[in-house]
Amino acid sequence: MTTEDWLARHTFHHGDFWDLLAMIREKERQNLTLSLCIPTLNEEATIGKEIVIFKSELMDRYPLLDEIAVIDSGSEDRTCEVARSFGADVYRSADILPAHGTRRGKGENLWKAIHQLKGDVIVYVDADIKNIHPRFVWGLAGPVIYRPDIHYVKAFYDRPLAFSQGVRPSGGGRVTEILVRPLFSLFYPDLAAMIQPLSGEYAVRRHVLERLRFPIGYGVETSHLIDVHRQWGMAALAQTDLDQRVHRNQATRDLGRMAFGILQTFFSRARDHGLLDVHAPLHTVLRQFQVQDRDFEQVLHEIVEEERPPMIEIPEYRAARGLAGGDG
Amino acid sequence: MTDLACDPGADLPQLRERLRPLREIFLANLILTSEIPAPTFGEEARARFVLQRFSEAGLPGGSLDEAGNAAVELPGANPARRILVVAHTDTLHTAAEDHAVAVQPDRLVGPGIGDNAAGVAAMMTLPRLLATLGIRLDATLVLLGAGRSLGPGNLGGLKFFLDHAKHPFAAGLCLEGLELGRLNFASLGLLRGEIVCRVPRDYDWARFGPVNAIVILADALARIQGIPLPARPRTDMVFGQVSGGTGYGRAARTARLRLDVRSESAATLAEVEGRIGAIAEELAHGTRTEIAFVPVARRQPGALPFDHPFVREARAILAGLGLEPHIEPSMSELSAFLERDIPALTIGLTRGENVGEADETVFIEPLFDGLAQLLSLLQALDRSGRPADDD
Repeated sequence: MTTEDWLARHTFHHGDFWDLLAMIREKERQNLTLSLCIPTLNEEATIGKEIVIFKSELMDRYPLLDEIAVIDSGSEDRTCEVARSFGADVYRSADILPAHGTRRGKGENLWKAIHQLKGDVIVYVDADIKNIHPRFVWGLAGPVIYRPDIHYVKAFYDRPLAFSQGVRPSGGGRVTEILVRPLFSLFYPDLAAMIQPLSGEYAVRRHVLERLRFPIGYGVETSHLIDVHRQWGMAALAQTDLDQRVHRNQATRDLGRMAFGILQTFFSRARDHGLLDVHAPLHTVLRQFQVQDRDFEQVLHEIVEEERPPMIEIPEYRAARGLAGGDG
Repeated sequence: MTDLACDPGADLPQLRERLRPLREIFLANLILTSEIPAPTFGEEARARFVLQRFSEAGLPGGSLDEAGNAAVELPGANPARRILVVAHTDTLHTAAEDHAVAVQPDRLVGPGIGDNAAGVAAMMTLPRLLATLGIRLDATLVLLGAGRSLGPGNLGGLKFFLDHAKHPFAAGLCLEGLELGRLNFASLGLLRGEIVCRVPRDYDWARFGPVNAIVILADALARIQGIPLPARPRTDMVFGQVSGGTGYGRAARTARLRLDVRSESAATLAEVEGRIGAIAEELAHGTRTEIAFVPVARRQPGALPFDHPFVREARAILAGLGLEPHIEPSMSELSAFLERDIPALTIGLTRGENVGEADETVFIEPLFDGLAQLLSLLQALDRSGRPADDD
């Protein structure tokens, strides 16, 4: 399949799935269940609206979702209280699979959600979206529900600014455009067609999720795309335009840390796939600098992209789902 | 019909509790409505959302009219008796403002969330509320999201709708998000206009000397402020906006004052308008400039009697909720009804703060009282029109 073919057949707009009643009928026909997972860490300002909107629109009004769960990394604000007050199931990441310990990072929450949540499909949506709307879920669920060949659907956000020409550039954020897309173009050119590879919103079938390794930090989105592409091919991937996403803008320094984590994940996979020779072990300290007058201060960040194994290898998970080799 | 609908003395606290499971449905309607900008004359997107909600509630016959209104009928057993429930859709906020709503456990915050997204959300959620609670009305409800209500809109949407309705209305109910406990059944008369002062292009500076539109306007303002206003009938005047000139160092050639005069008496309004006109005329003559009073909106005062059955019912319902009615004349949609001899009331749905600001706030808990009040009052209005033996 050429990139053009893939873009034509695997790129959607949320408006393609406006008929929610039809989508629910199709979901019920297949006997599919859908879980929504919102990973949180100190998101009290935005979590309440997300829960209200999704519960009202996609559970009470249109029963598309079977479950809404917040997986929290240990918020110190009122995130859990707010989410619970509006009817979400709230779990502390540390309480899930406690024998496997606790790591701090968004990827950890996403991984533990596979064990905790019940759905055949899990839709992940970040908690910091200011302009939340039910399309964030239905736009991602639609391709999975209607297309059995699609297993992993990623969000992208087109920003319809005014342009003098008829063509407008579509792209991701700064880390995408100056790091991830060039890397993909060099090593995994098919994946360069993902317009926003780092977006935090995606819908994935369980049988794919449980077979993915999960970096616990910044690398989780990048690794997913590489691994799904490697195991199931581009045909399993799709992307949906959700229009606009309003969220916190991150400082360039924070993006530096993100890029550092992504690079660790990327190099380890490129090395495993025989695409890159890295002979020495990689350093795990990011060095940033700040200056005051003529004093330069080095700021060190230890960033280790530890990875969780595929959930299907975890005995408790196998036992809970009645798979051979489980604990029980 | 349920016990609730049959029993005029239905237990209001019980009704309030039965509304709680619908909280997320209502709040989502409120958030999604409030996040669609709807400045006066720019309400179409919000009106379309209202229609979409009606359609989703199984009422596909809604329509959008040329005055920016979204309307639908919720048929009752009696198609000839019609009650109009109206909430204005427009807000004081421009489309450029950030309309994102923040949700906290006890409150929602965002521009226009109380005035009047909460009123619109209540109106658009009514079909669902009635159906879920098993309340069937005898009268046909007409639900109207009215456009062009505020400021220069001058209630244009509602007036247009009333003037072009094919069938008469037996009653009107105006929904305002804020403030729970308000009960308006009297409408103040309004004279809204502007004093515009212009130095003509052919003003003879050499012959008549230097002149400044702002100075003349200040004189006009002082004289208008000197017009005696009676305490009874209650009358007041609000200077709302002054503008003019082009900046430092140049005498202003234009100046403008926007003001409202409000009164319980149409005769008093006419008298004040005459005096303002005379002041403008005298100043124009004395200064050789163009100065005039230009009315932009008028509303006739009107009121239901204090012992009108609607008012009695509304007060009893508020008392049943343990609320003290806050009774005062209103400047809202009420006047359009009363001018057309349609008995009507305005009620508020919740409590809030920072009205008109970017952090306008509504509180969630009082909404249950507000919605219980709304349902109970609708049942009361419905009963009031039935034959006695039907009660």
